[in-house]
Amino acid sequence: MKTKDILEETFMALSSNKIRSGLTMLGIVIGIASVIAMTAIGTGAQNSISASIQSIGSNLIIVSPGAPRGVGQQVNQGRGSAKTLTLADVESLKTLSGVKAVSAEVSSRIQVTAKGTNTNTTVDGVTPFYPEVRNLEVDTGTFITDQNNQSGAKVAVIGPTVVTDLFAGDSTSAIGQTIRIKGNQFKIVGITKAKGGTGFQNPDDMVYIPLSTAQRYFSGDQYVTSISVSALDSGVTSQVQADITSKILENHHISNPTSADFSTMNQADIIATASSVTGTFTMLLSAIAGISLLVGGIGIMNMMLTSVTERTREIGLRKAIGAKRRDVNIQFLVEAVMLTFIGGGIGVLLGWGVSFAITQLGILQAQVSISSVLLAFGVSAFIGIVFGYYPAQRASKLNPIEALRYE
Amino acid sequence: MIEIKNIKKVYRTEGEPFEALKGVSFTVKDGEFVAIMGPSGSGKSTLMHILGALDSPTGGTYFLDGKDVSTLSDDQLADIRKDKIGFVFQSFNLLPRTTVLRNVVLPLIYEGVPEKERVERAKKALTDSGLDESHFTHLSNQLSGGQIQRVAIARALVNNPTLILADEPTGNLDTKTGEIVLGTFQRLNKEQGRTIVLITHEHDVALHADRIITIRDGLITSDDSLHNKKIINL
Ligand SMILES: Nc1ncnc2c1ncn2[C@@H]1O[C@H](COP(=O)(O)OP(=O)(O)OP(=O)(O)O)[C@@H](O)[C@H]1O
Ligand SMILES: [Mg+2]
Repeated sequence: MKTKDILEETFMALSSNKIRSGLTMLGIVIGIASVIAMTAIGTGAQNSISASIQSIGSNLIIVSPGAPRGVGQQVNQGRGSAKTLTLADVESLKTLSGVKAVSAEVSSRIQVTAKGTNTNTTVDGVTPFYPEVRNLEVDTGTFITDQNNQSGAKVAVIGPTVVTDLFAGDSTSAIGQTIRIKGNQFKIVGITKAKGGTGFQNPDDMVYIPLSTAQRYFSGDQYVTSISVSALDSGVTSQVQADITSKILENHHISNPTSADFSTMNQADIIATASSVTGTFTMLLSAIAGISLLVGGIGIMNMMLTSVTERTREIGLRKAIGAKRRDVNIQFLVEAVMLTFIGGGIGVLLGWGVSFAITQLGILQAQVSISSVLLAFGVSAFIGIVFGYYPAQRASKLNPIEALRYE
Repeated sequence: MIEIKNIKKVYRTEGEPFEALKGVSFTVKDGEFVAIMGPSGSGKSTLMHILGALDSPTGGTYFLDGKDVSTLSDDQLADIRKDKIGFVFQSFNLLPRTTVLRNVVLPLIYEGVPEKERVERAKKALTDSGLDESHFTHLSNQLSGGQIQRVAIARALVNNPTLILADEPTGNLDTKTGEIVLGTFQRLNKEQGRTIVLITHEHDVALHADRIITIRDGLITSDDSLHNKKIINL
């Protein structure tokens, strides 16, 4: 039997029962589509998280107060809860070799009001080094200056999200206006450029005020909630991180590094941590998608077994007119593979479509990888062979006379 | 040439084993037109399945063109069926929801005949069997009983078999249509020299053959040549 004839027979068999073939295929379509979409979303999420971590600064090392914790927990916990880092620590780090800039922050989440509107946002007390360390740019006006810090001025630089929330997005008129933070009037002197909403902390939804002002009015002490250090280049970040650790240990008169009252983290660590989290997440999603693929495969087997039973007489006849075991076997196997393959193709398109839609809707930059498409096709063909094998064997082993007698 | 000796067939189902053939022997020469006659349940279809290499006997020997069929593998049997034998089954067994033409083309697909040639051959076989061309593209379940019969005959002829085995091919037909079918067999036998084994329970039908073998309860009761067979000129 020639390949073309096998395909033709298969096509006729599948199209003679379109609804059933379609429904059976649907299982594979959904399975493959979800595998494709899930991995695309996972990859997209990973990229966007990496990018957003990259965007918070270059060769950044963050020092947070409080004892170091497990790698997975470092990201959010412990920051600002303990009070151990002081401006003296900040100053001492500036002299370390390989350090480009050091910025200290006192950060708190407070309600900010202006002319009857209000928003809950992060108010960060910062020094003029902040934009350099955190890759921040000012769109209009100026950033917090040294002078502001020395005088404890009540001035504020706000992010574009705050502009939207408080001034209906009108950034030109926002400059010079006042906002109220915990009963204190702050004059707006600048607006930062939009960086885009990202992972943990949205850099657009921020109010920056002078560090000294934040300490005086909001925290009420001389501690800082975090220190950001920018290393000269990526090659020296680990060295700088080690130097920072020993310097602050020295400042705090702690001899045993395990009892440190602060923790340091560099950007690469954060990216690795975040990647491992999204990686696990992607794997979980893909596993669920994989299970739906398995269920689809069982659906194929079910349909093929039904089909073999239904077509017992046909199989008997084919054998009577000269079909060999192999011919019958191949015919049913190809039917199963064709179902999964077409299902796989539609699934790839659907998964691609879903990823495209997600990207278009601006939810996430989903990325369909060629390898996942190839894998999907391979897997669907494999499923066809695995789940089609047994029904095809069963068909090919039928005794022609018994098959012809089957009612 | 068919040579069977002491063929036995025992069916073993849940209940008692049933001996459908109890030792049947005969020889059919190439180009003979033989009718096998007997009442219902006498073992005619069982015998035809064995002659057609579809089923194996439980005892005795069967030589087809000098080859011992009982020693052949499943695939070799399939080859014999494909190359030498054309079946017309008692229950026709056309593929449902499939066109007439496709049904007749089917044996040629397994033979690996190129597409163009097989369509031509299928059309010729259908015409030879007396089916009008307008029915070629009909689905098999849109045909009358007589038309189905002719499609089944065409399918049996299409691979140019040397041996045609027909099980009650006129069973469901009126006398006139039945005669057309019998005439077709006579022509194939006379003009193309094909061996024909026709199974029937009607004496009147058997009279169209050169020789009548009668079986009853799995045993041959008579085997006579017919000198004044009924000839149908189409
Ligand atoms: N697969 C089977 N299992 C058990 N018994 C069978 C089987 N096939 C046939 N028989 C029995 O063998 C006997 C002969 O059957 P067969 O089909 O050969 O009869 P037949 O001569 O063709 O009858 P008919 O003219 O009605 O077609 C019957 O009694 C039948 O019950
Ligand atoms: Mg019968």
